[in-house]
Amino acid sequence: MTKKQKKVLYRIIIAAVLLVVLHFIPIEGYLRMALYMVPYLVIGYDILRKAVLGILHGEVFDENFLMAVATVGAIALGDYSEGTAVMLFYQIGELFQSVAVGKSRRNITALMDIRPDYANVADEEGNLEQVDPDDVEIGTVIVVRPGEKVPIDGVVVEGSAALNTSALTGESTPREVGVGDDIISGCVNTSGLLKIRTTKEFGESTVTKILELVENSSMKKSRSENFITKFARYYTPTVCYSALVLAVLPPLVNLLMGNVAAWSTWVIRALTFLVISCPCALVISIPLSFFGGIGGASACGILVKGSNYLEALAQTGYVVFDKTGTLTKGVFAVTGIYPAEEFKTKMSEGASSDDKERIACQELLRYAAYAENYSNHPISKSLREAYGESIDNNRVTDVEEISGHGVTAKVDGRQVAAGNAKLMDSLGLAYAKDTAMGTVVHIAVDGSYGGYILIADVIKEHSKEAIAALKALGVKRTVMLTGDSRAVAEQVAAQLGVDEVMSELLPGDKVEQVEKLLREKGAKEKLAFVGDGINDAPVLSRADIGIAMGALGSDAAIEAADIVLMDDNPVKIALAIKIARRCIRIVYENIVFALAVKAVCLILGAVGIANMWIAIFADVGVMVIAVLNAIRCLRVKQTK
Amino acid sequence: MKKTYKIEVDCAACALKMEEAAGKVAGVAEATVSFMTQKMKVEFEEEADVKAVMEQVRKACKRVEADCEIFL
Repeated sequence: MTKKQKKVLYRIIIAAVLLVVLHFIPIEGYLRMALYMVPYLVIGYDILRKAVLGILHGEVFDENFLMAVATVGAIALGDYSEGTAVMLFYQIGELFQSVAVGKSRRNITALMDIRPDYANVADEEGNLEQVDPDDVEIGTVIVVRPGEKVPIDGVVVEGSAALNTSALTGESTPREVGVGDDIISGCVNTSGLLKIRTTKEFGESTVTKILELVENSSMKKSRSENFITKFARYYTPTVCYSALVLAVLPPLVNLLMGNVAAWSTWVIRALTFLVISCPCALVISIPLSFFGGIGGASACGILVKGSNYLEALAQTGYVVFDKTGTLTKGVFAVTGIYPAEEFKTKMSEGASSDDKERIACQELLRYAAYAENYSNHPISKSLREAYGESIDNNRVTDVEEISGHGVTAKVDGRQVAAGNAKLMDSLGLAYAKDTAMGTVVHIAVDGSYGGYILIADVIKEHSKEAIAALKALGVKRTVMLTGDSRAVAEQVAAQLGVDEVMSELLPGDKVEQVEKLLREKGAKEKLAFVGDGINDAPVLSRADIGIAMGALGSDAAIEAADIVLMDDNPVKIALAIKIARRCIRIVYENIVFALAVKAVCLILGAVGIANMWIAIFADVGVMVIAVLNAIRCLRVKQTK
Repeated sequence: MKKTYKIEVDCAACALKMEEAAGKVAGVAEATVSFMTQKMKVEFEEEADVKAVMEQVRKACKRVEADCEIFL
């Protein structure tokens, strides 16, 4: 509890004790009123002060005003204990709310607490000194010990370690780094000492950018929040005037009808009405829900830039993907090895048929990897990676690169040619023509065709699951956009279960396609575009919701997108939608619940069934329940 | 130009009132208050004297919510 809250707590205790004592003192008349004034003022002086200040400043209809009028009214009618008790319970409710809100605020901020407090810089004698990360210049070598946070982005110059990136990505698998690797601030070093040369200032580092983004997220307000702002503007004056009418009109009617006016009955009803009407349950719980949702999402490595995007995300009807780097890894890798029949028999005489296949594949890959050993082309790299074993350079001689065709070389004394169809044509060899989609490397050994190796962009392992998860959530259309050839695109789409493909697009065409989709979709559906943030910034900003993936360390993506997935797992899109929907559901629950309880109590209060105690429940109780419900938004992990 | 200020405010409704009051001050293009992060973000109009404008913003906020504070 803060100092302020403690002070309120003491006042509550003093007032409560006094109230109980006074209850047993048999005094009547003005002295009684004077004695009751003591606890009343102890508990309510600040409310009365604010109410008066409010009136002076022309801010008439606020909570303080409502409470002041209700309690002063009750006291004026002789209900001293009731007037004081109402104030007391109002303060208890306020205290509870302020503690609960403060606690959840701290919970959420703790969740996002990735701010490093210091950086270790070695001085001339090699002693480590803790300095403010803000003071570290670019190019300084900083030391990160096990258990410490990496304070500033940089490159590892010494040491290796496993990094825990869970605060950034929500991913629990540690990331291994060694000399020469880029390292991102906000990760926690779990093992080994690292020396890092900084490449950015603290203010430009990933951790600062992320913190800024999350802290600013509650500034972008959702429609529901704006609705409440507007609602409160009309609601409070309306209930105040209704209360006035309720206090004055029925007694006047009674008088005209020749009955007893019953002023006190109707004034009490009007006061009850006022207490019930307080809109704080709505005003507090809605931003709290959104804040909780955003906080919970960021704990999963999903950064949402504003409540409005969370709201839009819940209504996602169309999800448009960029292919490369989003659904696929954007790197080349060997996806298939297809040895020719003749090669199989030659390579593995005597082996069983299963082994034959395996041995032949291994051999074909080995020849290709050796022949391409000297090339730096991405395709050559992927061949060597697939081969996996280290390559003995002495076994490769007479390497000749034929531009636009491929490579010829002598491997273990055998003449190997590896390259495209043109190379095979020029060697006069028959080769497999109906290959699967991707880049094909044909291999010939000693002048006879050996088979081919297929190299393609690899689909991410979670892509299929991601599309299925989106469908399960009721997303209407999934569309994939790509600059790749139609055949490749359609094959990938079919494999993943994407509904539609638009292929052979130039970067500019993507914006056009998204605009076309935006026109087609229904008014209540939102279109989300998922890209990797590299050269698709225009599309990200054009879509209703721009989602950038794999943004860890990419400033451009963080800038351009509305929602940023820190790692590159596409399943997180469905998770984000789930979080958003749950958050919105809780917001609506609170709106409906609070308004319904209030409406019922207002009617009961107006006809005289609800007394002051029910009124206090309708105000404070509803608020507390709404706050507790809002805090549920924070808990995301369990709903996975 | 945009600037963010730390604030102290006790209730969400008061934060809304501050936001409204700050937005009406001359020289402020847009003001947003986040009760959750206890921050006020002010976008100033061009050629506005930030310091003078913020003094006014503070005054305006104190007027609608006596207990609030803006740390300039």
